[in-house]
Amino acid sequence: MIETSTPEFALETSGEQTILRVSGDWTVRTVQAVDSDLRALTHTGRVVIDVSDLGQLDTAGAFVLDRTARQLSDDEPEIRGEHPIADNLISQVHAVTDVEEPKRKRDGGLIDMLERTGRGFHHMLQEAMATLAFLGETLVTTSRLLLTPWKLRWTSIVAVMEEAGLDAMPIVAFLSFFVGLVVAFIGATTLRDLGSEVFTVELVGFAMLRELGVLLTGIVLAGRTNSSFTAQIGTMKMRQEIDAMQTLGLKPMDVLVAPRIIAMVVVTPVLAFVGTLSGVIGGIIVGWLALDINPALFLDRLQNNVPVDQFWIGMSKAPVFGFVVALIACRQGLNVGGSVQSLGSKTTTSVVQAIFSIIVIDALFAIFYMEMGV
Amino acid sequence: MSEHIIIRIRDLKTAYGDHVVHEHLDLDVRKGEIIGIIGPSGCGKSVLLRAITGLKKPAAGSIEVFGKQLETLSERERGEIERRWGVMFQDGALFSNLTVRENVMVPMKEHTNLSEQLSRELADMKILMAGLEPSASAKFPSDLSGGMRKRAALARALALDPELLFLDEPTAGLDPITAAAFDELIRRLQKALGLTVFLVTHDVDTLNATCDRIAVLGDKHVLAVGTIDELRAFDHPWVQEYFGGPRGRAATGH
Repeated sequence: MIETSTPEFALETSGEQTILRVSGDWTVRTVQAVDSDLRALTHTGRVVIDVSDLGQLDTAGAFVLDRTARQLSDDEPEIRGEHPIADNLISQVHAVTDVEEPKRKRDGGLIDMLERTGRGFHHMLQEAMATLAFLGETLVTTSRLLLTPWKLRWTSIVAVMEEAGLDAMPIVAFLSFFVGLVVAFIGATTLRDLGSEVFTVELVGFAMLRELGVLLTGIVLAGRTNSSFTAQIGTMKMRQEIDAMQTLGLKPMDVLVAPRIIAMVVVTPVLAFVGTLSGVIGGIIVGWLALDINPALFLDRLQNNVPVDQFWIGMSKAPVFGFVVALIACRQGLNVGGSVQSLGSKTTTSVVQAIFSIIVIDALFAIFYMEMGV
Repeated sequence: MSEHIIIRIRDLKTAYGDHVVHEHLDLDVRKGEIIGIIGPSGCGKSVLLRAITGLKKPAAGSIEVFGKQLETLSERERGEIERRWGVMFQDGALFSNLTVRENVMVPMKEHTNLSEQLSRELADMKILMAGLEPSASAKFPSDLSGGMRKRAALARALALDPELLFLDEPTAGLDPITAAAFDELIRRLQKALGLTVFLVTHDVDTLNATCDRIAVLGDKHVLAVGTIDELRAFDHPWVQEYFGGPRGRAATGH
C-alpha cells in the first residue's frame, strides 16, 4: 500500500490576490476529507493556487482544485510553485470540464406525478392496442399457414409440443392431484357436519372438471412455458438473430410465432385432460381413505350426478388458454430490446400478463356459461 | 532499475486443460511506457492479460505486478493492488443495468470514501475526459454506439486514477477516424497521468501512434520486444509479414 498523507489547505489574502496554499496528498482516496470545507469557501477575485508543498496529485485532486478555483473566481486559475505534474493535470481537467453544465431535471412533485400517471395510462392504452394488433397478425398468419399445411414447420411444432406439453405433464398432474386431494378434504370436513359426506364426489367432480383442472394447467403453462418462450425469442431478438432472419427472407411470425401458437393450442387440451384426471384421482383417494367411499361407488356416483357437459366446458377453455399463453409470450419476446435488463423485465411482464389473462378469461367463461344455463 | 518495472513475468505457463497457451514466457513492462502486445489471432494475447489481472490462474511461473506476486497476497493486499490498475475489456463489459455515470461510479463506491456528490462530479469529469458528450452520462450502455461504449469503458477503467491501465483491443471495430481519436486520447491521458499502459491490439495504426515498445507473442512465448523500428529489422516470418504487409507499411510510413 502506498503511504498517503491527509490533504490540507489554507487560504491567504494578500492585497488583490487570494492564495490557496495546498499541501499533503490530493488523490481520489484522500480528497473527500477536504471536499466539504472547500465547497464552503466563497470569494471573488484573483485566485492563485500554490502547489509548492503539494504531495501526490491525481485527476480527482486536480478536479477538486479546479472546481474550487472556479467557485472562487471566474478567471483561469493561476498555478504557482514547483510540482512535477500539477500544472499540466489541472489545466487538462480545466479544459475538459469547461463546458456548460446540462440542467438536471428535478424529480418529484405533483406535476411530475400527474405526468407519470398520464404517461402510464397512455402506455397502457398503447400496450392494449399493440396486443390487439399482434393478435390480429397472429390469427392471419396462423390461418394462412393452416390453409397451406405443407408450408407449416412441422418439426418445430412437434418440438414445441414435446417441450411445452410432454415435459410439463408431470408437474401439471402432480399439482392437480394435490389440489384434488385438498378439495376433497375440505368437502369432507364441511359436509360431514351436515351428514352428507357423499356429496364430496359431486364437489370434486364439478370443481375439477369444470374449473380447476384446466385453470391449473393454464397457470402452470403461464409460469413455465410462457417464460421460456419469451426468453428464447427475446434472446434471439437481443442477439439480432431475428434481424438476420428477416434479411434472409424468413418471417419471424411464420418461423417463431405460428409453430408455438399451433403447438400450444393442440397440446393444452391434452394437458388439461391429464390435469383433470389426476385431480379426480386425488378426490377418489381421499374418498376411499377418509370417507369409506370405495372407488367404484365414487366413479358410479360421478357418472350419474356430474353431467358430461361439465367436462366439455372445462376442455373448451383449454385451447383458448394455450393460445393466450403463447400469444403473450411471443409478443413480449419480440418486444425485447438490446439489453439484458429488458430481457428480464419482458419475461416478468410476460408471465404476469399471462397469469392475469388466464384468470380473467376464466371468469369471462364462467359468466358466459352461466348465462347459457349450463 | 527494478522499481521501474511494473509488471515482471518470468517463465509463465498457462493452459486450458491439455491446451498450452503460454510456455516459458518472460516479459517486463516498465513504468510510464505504453507497451503494445501483438501476435497472430489465438496466440494468447487476451489470455496473457487475463493472467496478469488474475482472472486466469497460471499453471507455472511467476507474475509480479507492482513488485508483488499476486497469488501469494491476502485478499486485502490483492484489493490494494486491484485499486491501482484499471482494465478495459474488448467489448466494454459495462454493466448494462446501470447508466454510464453509475458504471464509472461503481469502483469509486467500492474502493473509496467519496461522497455521492463528489463521486458523481468526478464520474462526469472522467466521462468528459474519455471524450464523451456530457449527455452520455445519463444514458444506458445499450443506447450507445460501439465507439461510445469503448469510451465509457475507458472512463470506468480510469475511475480510480490507476497507475496501470490494461486495454484489450481498444480500437477494434471502430472506424479509422474514431480509432485515431482514441489513439490520441490514450496518448494524451498517458502523458497527463503518467500511466503505464498494457495494450493488446491488432491495429498497426494504433501501435504506430501510441506504443513506446511492442512485444510480439508467438510460439507460446514472447518472440521479440522492441520499438517499431527494431521489430521491423527482426528476422521472423510473422513479424516481417506483419510490418512488411501492405497495411503495416502504410501505417508506419515505410
